[in-house]
Amino acid sequence: MTATSEQTPSPGEATGQPLVVLERVNKHFGDLHVLQDIDLSIASGEVVVILGPSGSGKSTLCRTINRLEGIDSGRILLDGQALPAEGRALARLRSDVGMVFQSFNLFAHKTVLENVTLGPIKVRKQAAKVAQDSAMALLERVGVANQAGKYPAQLSGGQQQRVAIARALAMQPKVMLFDEPTSALDPEMINEVLDVMSTLAKDGMTMVVVTHEMGFARRAADRVVFMDGGRIIEQAPPEKFFTDAQTDRAKDFLSKILTH
Amino acid sequence: MDVVVENLPLFLEGFWTTLRLAVFSGALALVLGTLLGACRVSPIPPLRGLGTVYVELARNTPLTVVFFFVVFVTPQLGLRLPFFPSAVIALTIYTAAFVCEAVRSGINSVGVGQAEAARSIGLSFNQSLRNVILPQAVRTVVPPLINIFIALTKNTSVAGGFFVAELFNVGRRLTNGHATAVTPILIGVAVFYLLITVPSGLLAGRLERKVAIAR
Repeated sequence: MTATSEQTPSPGEATGQPLVVLERVNKHFGDLHVLQDIDLSIASGEVVVILGPSGSGKSTLCRTINRLEGIDSGRILLDGQALPAEGRALARLRSDVGMVFQSFNLFAHKTVLENVTLGPIKVRKQAAKVAQDSAMALLERVGVANQAGKYPAQLSGGQQQRVAIARALAMQPKVMLFDEPTSALDPEMINEVLDVMSTLAKDGMTMVVVTHEMGFARRAADRVVFMDGGRIIEQAPPEKFFTDAQTDRAKDFLSKILTH
Repeated sequence: MDVVVENLPLFLEGFWTTLRLAVFSGALALVLGTLLGACRVSPIPPLRGLGTVYVELARNTPLTVVFFFVVFVTPQLGLRLPFFPSAVIALTIYTAAFVCEAVRSGINSVGVGQAEAARSIGLSFNQSLRNVILPQAVRTVVPPLINIFIALTKNTSVAGGFFVAELFNVGRRLTNGHATAVTPILIGVAVFYLLITVPSGLLAGRLERKVAIAR
């Protein structure tokens, strides 16, 4: 039932071998078949935006890539390596995959700076001074360096999310996953986060973004993947997807989203 | 009250023994209970099973029975220990089950997003627990832990029935010799227990405020 608009999706300027590969991935939540035969290949440097109605499985798909959700069958490869099941190997692999959550999930008992340095110090075994210097540079880059000594609860949502992005970047990940990064934000804070993400995309970061921000999808994505009912229904470059969707379900979705 | 004053050295000795029982068992139970709590939330099923079985056994067995096992049964298995360490072991075994449950509920009180974020930056299960989850669990765990410690302090009196000369044991021996002064002796015993439990409660209040600010 998958009507792909192109046989082999050729992303914008992205090149090289696929960095993330999902092969016939299936997952159930009880009776709900939340991911059905998902095949997806993401090239290094590619920015893939996943769109779809709620409950379509897009967040679950995003979360399977660093195995926050296990899968029932199929295979997920990261940089040519299959995802390990549990334990140290999985932890090592996760350190190469940055994750940004809808609800930020900053460590509430640690300062902004400590949030960013925890991974580099504990996982990468960097010296505290080195980790702090690069953390400050990252916080500078996302525009919250002046908040470094504060606790997450003292920051606005937009600032917290930018810290969360800095925390993920501090691990120098191969790919960044964004699970509805702006859905919990007040409208006036959405842009500051999207700006940081757009810059990242321009800088060549490989990104998988689950979002409802159509403007961002249009502007920053190399490819739009549309999901519904646990399946990938359609994938295309953003311009083509938004102006010339091929499937009825995608057209229906777009008509609901774009006209109001 | 003369009986108490005259026998003050004996009371103090008993008090000292009770305090040592409570502190040693409390510290060991805190370590064992936290490890068991970690087992109960572990991703490894056998460890989870171990934690559950331990808690259900130790928590649902009367303390006197636990003492009986440690003091009378283990020597038959060739493990002969003096009475004081035996009492510490029995109290630790029993109390650790309650500590485990307090720690587990504390861990569960920390949002699942914190654990997901910790795992996402590549922290192992142990690192996540140590650096992210437990420090945040402390604030919910302190009040029940103090309750457990107060209960433990009172439970040390069971050791008096197993040849350890702690407070209650002292009181009982004194009442044997001073049948007319049972009430003052028991009041004396109770006051000495309060000397441990009341400050514990006050300490709990201070600790609670401290961990609340640290957030």
